[in-house]
Amino acid sequence: MDKPLRVLIAKPGLDGHDRGAKVIVRALRDAGFEVIYTGIRQTPEMIAAAAMQEDVDAVGLSLLSGAHLTLFPAICKELKKKGLKDVLVFGGGIIPDEDIPVLKKAGVDGVFGPGTPLQTIVDYLKGKLAVAR
Amino acid sequence: MRRGDHAAASRALTAVVNDAPGSEALAKEFFKASGSAQKVGVSGPPGAGKSSLTGRLIAHYRAKKLKVGVLMVDPSSSISGGAFLGDRLRVMEHAVDPGVFIRSLASRGMIGGLTYAIFGAIHVLETLGCDKILVETVGTGQDEVEIASVADTVLYVTTPAMGDEIQAMKAGAMEIGDIFVVNKADLAGKDKAVADLKAALGLGHSAGQAVKAWEPPVLATSAKNGEGIVELAAALDGHWTHLRKSGEGRARLKGQHATELQFWIQRRVIKSALDRVTDKILEDMVLRKTDPASVGRRLLEA
Repeated sequence: MDKPLRVLIAKPGLDGHDRGAKVIVRALRDAGFEVIYTGIRQTPEMIAAAAMQEDVDAVGLSLLSGAHLTLFPAICKELKKKGLKDVLVFGGGIIPDEDIPVLKKAGVDGVFGPGTPLQTIVDYLKGKLAVAR
Repeated sequence: MRRGDHAAASRALTAVVNDAPGSEALAKEFFKASGSAQKVGVSGPPGAGKSSLTGRLIAHYRAKKLKVGVLMVDPSSSISGGAFLGDRLRVMEHAVDPGVFIRSLASRGMIGGLTYAIFGAIHVLETLGCDKILVETVGTGQDEVEIASVADTVLYVTTPAMGDEIQAMKAGAMEIGDIFVVNKADLAGKDKAVADLKAALGLGHSAGQAVKAWEPPVLATSAKNGEGIVELAAALDGHWTHLRKSGEGRARLKGQHATELQFWIQRRVIKSALDRVTDKILEDMVLRKTDPASVGRRLLEA
């Protein structure tokens, strides 16, 4: 039997709007993932440490405050510093289209804006992580 | 790992928990290195404050420079196989402390508040050099007592609104606590809850039972404001001293090994047999082409 994939959902920075993150957590749980949620207001160091200790396959970041260009790359850097080079990083929230290439260059593999069907995210993760395994 | 490498411990945990190829040899080494840390089980109903209280205990132990390992179990969905592991967010303040290692585990089909891989996971944290290992169960009902044969000391956490002494007199979960805690002592009703618990526990020794060498204390704590944490830590130390000075420590360790063996067999034999039940088999049973005994024997022999 295949072991469930593990995903950490994190909310970095000062933004406390976590309904989107919780919707993702719930959808992934129902799709058979083991999902760990950090809660709000986490630093990049805390998120990377949690990802390392939980040995997750992917880290999902949710941010609505506009600080994604600072925080998402900072988290990617922290993950690499901890030796987590193979962890898939994806993100969502209020992210302007023109910022997406910048984030991708920093190591964020996928960016999903408001209105993305949940199935799209589930399929994306299953596809990417199946290849990784 | 013995030098405290968290990344190595994390990968080892995954291998052991997933029963990955080659993990058995690793698990053997971890078992040899284990046996000296105090394993504290934290059990009690959902929402009693087990995770928050665990966070307080981590802080207390860290102030004393002790290394702490934490395993937090939450239920897997019987429908999707997925899980929401939501305990870690209560202890995120300890995320970057190199003296604390926290891992969330899903129950993955085990009933009883834990997961079959719990012992393997504990041994990894013992090898990492943790002095105290806190094992938080799934939020329990009245009947989940597995933690008593996994932990050295069971902390049973309840709250002021969990019912009167009649609830506390029932068999099951209420029998296994070595220390009872009425958490959320900042809420009304703490004194009555403590008195009810004490009354139920103090109803006396039943005929034929030996006088207990350890009387479980009942304490009031508030994970919210920190009340009672020092007293709770002292009680945990007291029980640990009791175990080591009396013969009970060794007796419990043997009990734990018996349970570990039981989990190993359950996982390798029973669960692996059940995982091979296919829809075809069930279809054949509906059509009365086969029966439970025939299928069962075939699955156990395979």
